[in-house]
Amino acid sequence: MITVKNLSKHFGGIKAVDGVDLHIERGSITGLVGPNGAGKTTMFNLIAGLYQPTEGEIILDGEDVTNLTSHQLFHKGLLRTFQIAHEFPTLSVLENLMMVPANQLGESLMNTWFKRKQIHAQERELQKKAEEVIDFLSISHLKNERAGNLSGGQKKLLELARTMMVDAKVVLLDEVGAGVNRTLLNQIGDAILRLNSERGYTFCMIEHDMDFISRLCNPVVVLAEGQILTSGTPDQIKSSDAVIEAYLGKGIKTEATS
Amino acid sequence: MTSDSVDIINAFALLTNFVLLPALSYGSQLALGALAVTLVYSVLRFSNFAQGDSMAFGTMIVILLTSFMISRGWTISGIPTALLVIPIAIVFTSMYLLTMDRLIYRHYRKIKAKSITIVMSSIGVMFVTGGIVRFVLGATAQKFEDGERFIFSVREFKAYTGLEQGIAFKTSQFLTITIAFLLVAFVFYFLQKTKTGKAMRAYSDNKELALLSGIDPDKMVQITWLLVAALTTIAGALYGLDKGFAPQQYHLLLLPIFASVIVGGIGSPIGAIAGAFLVAFSEILLTYAYKKFLIYLLPLSMHPSSLVQLIGTEYKYAISFVILVIVLLIKPTGLFKGKVIVDE
Amino acid sequence: MNNLNNIWQSYRAIITFSLMGFVLLFVGFNQSWALVIGIINMSLISAIMALGVNIQWGYAGLFNVGIMGFAALGGVSVVLISQQPVTEAIDVGGIKMLFALALGAATIAAGVLLNRRGVNKWLISLIVVIGYLFTRFYFSEASKLIEKVDPAITGYLGGFGLPIMLSWIVGGLAAAGAAWWIGKITLSLRSDYLAIATLGISEIIIYVIKNEDWFVRGLKNVYGLQRPVPYEVDMQKSEWLQNIVAWIHRSELQLLSQSEQISKLSDYVREASVVFVKLSYSGLFLLILIAFIMLSNLALNSPWGRKVRAIRDNEVAASAMGKNITRQHLQIFVIGSAIVGVAGALLVTYDGIFIPTAYQPLRFTFLIWVMVIVGGSGNNLGSVLGAFIMWFIWIQSGPIGLWAVEMLGNYVQEGNTSLEFIEDRVHYLRLIFMGSIMLLIMRFSPGGILPEKNKEL
Ligand SMILES: Nc1ncnc2c1ncn2[C@@H]1O[C@H](COP(=O)(O)OP(=O)(O)OP(=O)(O)O)[C@@H](O)[C@H]1O
Ligand SMILES: [Mg+2]
Repeated sequence: MITVKNLSKHFGGIKAVDGVDLHIERGSITGLVGPNGAGKTTMFNLIAGLYQPTEGEIILDGEDVTNLTSHQLFHKGLLRTFQIAHEFPTLSVLENLMMVPANQLGESLMNTWFKRKQIHAQERELQKKAEEVIDFLSISHLKNERAGNLSGGQKKLLELARTMMVDAKVVLLDEVGAGVNRTLLNQIGDAILRLNSERGYTFCMIEHDMDFISRLCNPVVVLAEGQILTSGTPDQIKSSDAVIEAYLGKGIKTEATS
Repeated sequence: MTSDSVDIINAFALLTNFVLLPALSYGSQLALGALAVTLVYSVLRFSNFAQGDSMAFGTMIVILLTSFMISRGWTISGIPTALLVIPIAIVFTSMYLLTMDRLIYRHYRKIKAKSITIVMSSIGVMFVTGGIVRFVLGATAQKFEDGERFIFSVREFKAYTGLEQGIAFKTSQFLTITIAFLLVAFVFYFLQKTKTGKAMRAYSDNKELALLSGIDPDKMVQITWLLVAALTTIAGALYGLDKGFAPQQYHLLLLPIFASVIVGGIGSPIGAIAGAFLVAFSEILLTYAYKKFLIYLLPLSMHPSSLVQLIGTEYKYAISFVILVIVLLIKPTGLFKGKVIVDE
Repeated sequence: MNNLNNIWQSYRAIITFSLMGFVLLFVGFNQSWALVIGIINMSLISAIMALGVNIQWGYAGLFNVGIMGFAALGGVSVVLISQQPVTEAIDVGGIKMLFALALGAATIAAGVLLNRRGVNKWLISLIVVIGYLFTRFYFSEASKLIEKVDPAITGYLGGFGLPIMLSWIVGGLAAAGAAWWIGKITLSLRSDYLAIATLGISEIIIYVIKNEDWFVRGLKNVYGLQRPVPYEVDMQKSEWLQNIVAWIHRSELQLLSQSEQISKLSDYVREASVVFVKLSYSGLFLLILIAFIMLSNLALNSPWGRKVRAIRDNEVAASAMGKNITRQHLQIFVIGSAIVGVAGALLVTYDGIFIPTAYQPLRFTFLIWVMVIVGGSGNNLGSVLGAFIMWFIWIQSGPIGLWAVEMLGNYVQEGNTSLEFIEDRVHYLRLIFMGSIMLLIMRFSPGGILPEKNKEL
C-alpha cells in the first residue's frame, strides 16, 4: 500500500529520519515502535505530506506521492491523527467531524447563497453520520461542546473520530491510545480491528503500549535513531535482544516476558 | 560633444559619475537598512514595517543635534557636523527603539503571538514614528549637510585628467561608502567572532535550544535593538546627507529595503547586502538616461534624439517591486538561501 | 454592578450602536442635518471597505497593507466606465495606445511561455528587452498625442460613457484581478510576504494613476462625474418636494407674509434638496452594505464558514483533512479586495470627482485598519460600528485639534512662534493618534468593541 524508499529528513544537524526503507502491506495493521525521539512522528509527517523529505521517495498505491501536500494526500485516501491533538478549538465536536468529508455542496460560496435547501439536506446526513461516530466512541454527551474545552484524552478520541468520517484507504495513527483509559482503549482497539476487517482500512500506528500493539499489529517495525532496527511479529520483537536493548530496557523486559 | 569620434573613456567617466558612484552609495544606504530588517527578522521573527520611519527618526535626531551644534559654533571645518553627532543620535534612537520594544513588541513575544500580529503592531509603530518625525520637522524636504561638499569636484577632476566629462566625488558619497563598509564589517565581526554575537546567532537559529544553554533572551533582544539603532541611524543620516531629508521619502524606502532583504534571502545578512546593491544598481541603471552615454560611443549619424531612458524616474519604486515579484516567482528563498519561506 | 455588566455583555451591539446614533442625532440638532448625513454616508462607505478588510483579516488572518491601492482601482473604474469618451483623443492616439499595450502584453506573454518551454534564459531576456523597448516607444508616442488634446479639459482618453453603477461592479472586478495576481504569488509563502507585496502594489497603482495623464488625467483630477441620484437643482423644481417641505414647516410659514413665505420656502427647499440627495446616497450605500453583510453571514453559517473557521483554528489539521488552504486564502483575499474595490468606486461616485492625491495610506489603509480593529476583528457588525466611530473621530479630530490650539492661543501671547509651529503641524498628530489607538486596542482589548463570538479564548 505504502512503500518508502531510502527516506531521510534532517533538521539542521539532527537526522530525525535517516535512510528508511519500509513497506506497509495492503490490509495490514502495521505497528511502528521505538524510543522517544526515534523519528516515528517525523516518518508520519513525511508520509502525510506535512514535511518534504530531504531525500528518498514515498509511493502510495503504486503512485509516487513524494511531493504531494497533506490535502492532496487526503484526497488519495490517506488520513492521519496527530500525536499532540490538533482539534479545531472553536468548532464544536460535531462541527469538527462534519468538516471532514470532501466536496461538500456548502463549501462552495455560490451554493451557500443559492442552494440552501440542498445544503440543509446534506448537512442533516452529515450530522447523522457524525453522531454515529461519536456514539461509537461514547462521547455523544460532548457533541455540542467546543473542542477546545475537551480533555486531552477526549481530544485524542476526536482525532480518531475524524478519520472515521470518510472512507479511507490508509490511516496513520500517532499514539491514539496515549491518555485514553483502559476500557476505551479496548474499544478503540475493537474499532480498529473492525474497520480493518469490515472496510479494509490499512493502518499504521505508533504506540508505546506493547500490549496494545501485540493485540492489534502485525508486523511491528522498530525505529531507533532515525533508522529501522528490525521488524517482525510482535512476539519476535518482544524477544529481540537488540530491540530490548534499544527500546524496552531491562526492567521492561522482565515485565514483558513474565 | 560635437566630435564625431567614439570616446570610450569619457563615456565611462560619465557612467562613473551618474551611475556607479550614486549606485554604490545608494546601495550602501539600503544595505544598512536591509541589515537592520534582517537582524530584527532573525532574532525577533517579524518583518519590521517601521524600518523606514525609524530611519527618519534617527535622521531627525541627527538634524536636531546638527543644528544645535552649528548654532553653538561647535563644528569642525571640512567634516559634516552630522557625522559628529551620530554617536549621540544612536543613543537616542536606541532609547526610542528599546522603549517601543518594551511597550509593544515584548508583550507579543510573551504571549507568543503570530508573527503577522507583530507585523501589524510594527505598522502601528510606523505611523506613530512617522507622525513624531513630521510633527517635529514638518513634511517638507530639507538639507543638513555642511562642511566640504566634494572630495574632488568636476572642475578639479577635469583639470587633473583633461577629460571632457568630469567626475565629482561627493563627500557624502565617500562617507557613505566608507562608513557602510566599516559598519558592515563590524556587524559581521560581531556576529561571527564575539561571544555575544555567537549567542545571538544561536538564539536566532533555535530559541528553545538557546534557552536551554543558558542564553538570556532579553539580553539578545536588547542587543539586537542596539545594533538596529546604530544601523538605522547611520543609514538614515547617510541617506539624508546624500539626498536630503524628507519623511515621505524615508517611508517609501521600505519597499526597496524589503526587496533587498527578500532578494538576498530573508534572514541572511550577506544576502541582504547583496540584495541591496542589486536593487540599487537596477534602480539607477534602469532609470538613467543613456543619451549622452550613447553620444560618446556612437558616430554622429547614430546619435539618439530621445533620452534613451528605460523607465521613468517616477517609477523607481516600481523597480523594487518588480524585482521582488520576480524573485518570489522564481526563487522565493532568495539568492542566498534564506530562512523559512513558509509559516512555521 | 454585576448585573449591569451582564446587560452590557449581552446587548453590546445594541448599546454601542444606539450610543453612536445619539451622538449623530446630537450633531444633527446642533449643527446641520446635511452634515450628519454626510458623515453617515462616509461611514457607510468606510464600513463597506472595512467589511472587505475584516473578511480578509478576521476570517483568514490575511494582512492587506494595500487597501489604498484596491480602493484606487475602484475609483479608476468609475472614471473609465462612466466618463464620456474623448473622441478626438481616441482618434489621434487610441489605436496607437491599444497597439502599445497589446505589444506589452504580448511581450510578457512571450516571456512567460518561452520560459515554460525552457528556452535559453538569455534569449528570453533579449526578446523581452526588445519587446519592452518597442512597447515603450509606441507607448510614449501615443500618450504624448493623447495628452496634447485639449489638456486643460481632457487630455485623456475618457471612459466608455456607461452608467456609473456598472463601474461599481467593474471596480470590484478590477480589485479582484489585482488581488488574485498578488495572492497567487505570495499566498503560498510566509504571511508577511503578502503584507509586503500589497504595500508595494498599492504604492505602484497610485504612482501610475498620478503619472499617466492619458489614463485618468493624472494630477489634473477628473471632475463632474455622473451621478446615480438626481441633482439638487432638479429636486428643487420638483413639486412634491416643495409640497412636503411646505407641509413640514406649515405652522411657521403661516405666520409670514406672502413674499417672505416664498423666500423662506425656497431656502427650506434648497436645504431639503441637499438632504434628499444625500439621503438617496445613504439608501444606496446602506443597501449595498446590508447585501454584503447578508451574503457574508449566509456563507459563514454554512459549511463554507465551518471550513474557513477550521483553517483559522489549525491550518495543519485542516490541511490533513483535505482542505486546500492556499486556495481558500486566495478566494477570501480576492473577495475581500473586491469589496474594497466596490467601496472605492462608491467613494469616488459620492465625491463626484476623482483626485489621485487623495489616496493617502493614512486615510485609506490605516484608518480602515483601525476601524476593523476597534470594531472587533472577525465580526462584521463590529467593522460597521468601527467605521462609524472612527470616521466620526477622524472627521472631528481636525477641528478639535485646531480648537485645542486656539484654546492654547488664549494663554500664549500673539505671534508666539511655537504656537504657529504647532498650528502648522497639528494635523500630523493624527498619525500619532491613530497609531496609538491601534496599538492600544491591539494590546489591551484585542477583541475590539464587539468581539467575535467564535474567537479562540
Ligand atoms: N520540526 C522539527 N524541527 C526540528 N527538529 C525536529 C522537528 N521535528 C522533530 N524533530 C527532531 O527529530 C527527532 C525525532 O522526533 P520525532 O518527533 O519524530 O520522534 P518520535 O519518535 O515521534 O518520538 P516520541 O515517541 O517522543 O513521539 C527528535 O530529535 C526531534 O527533536
Ligand atoms: Mg512522536
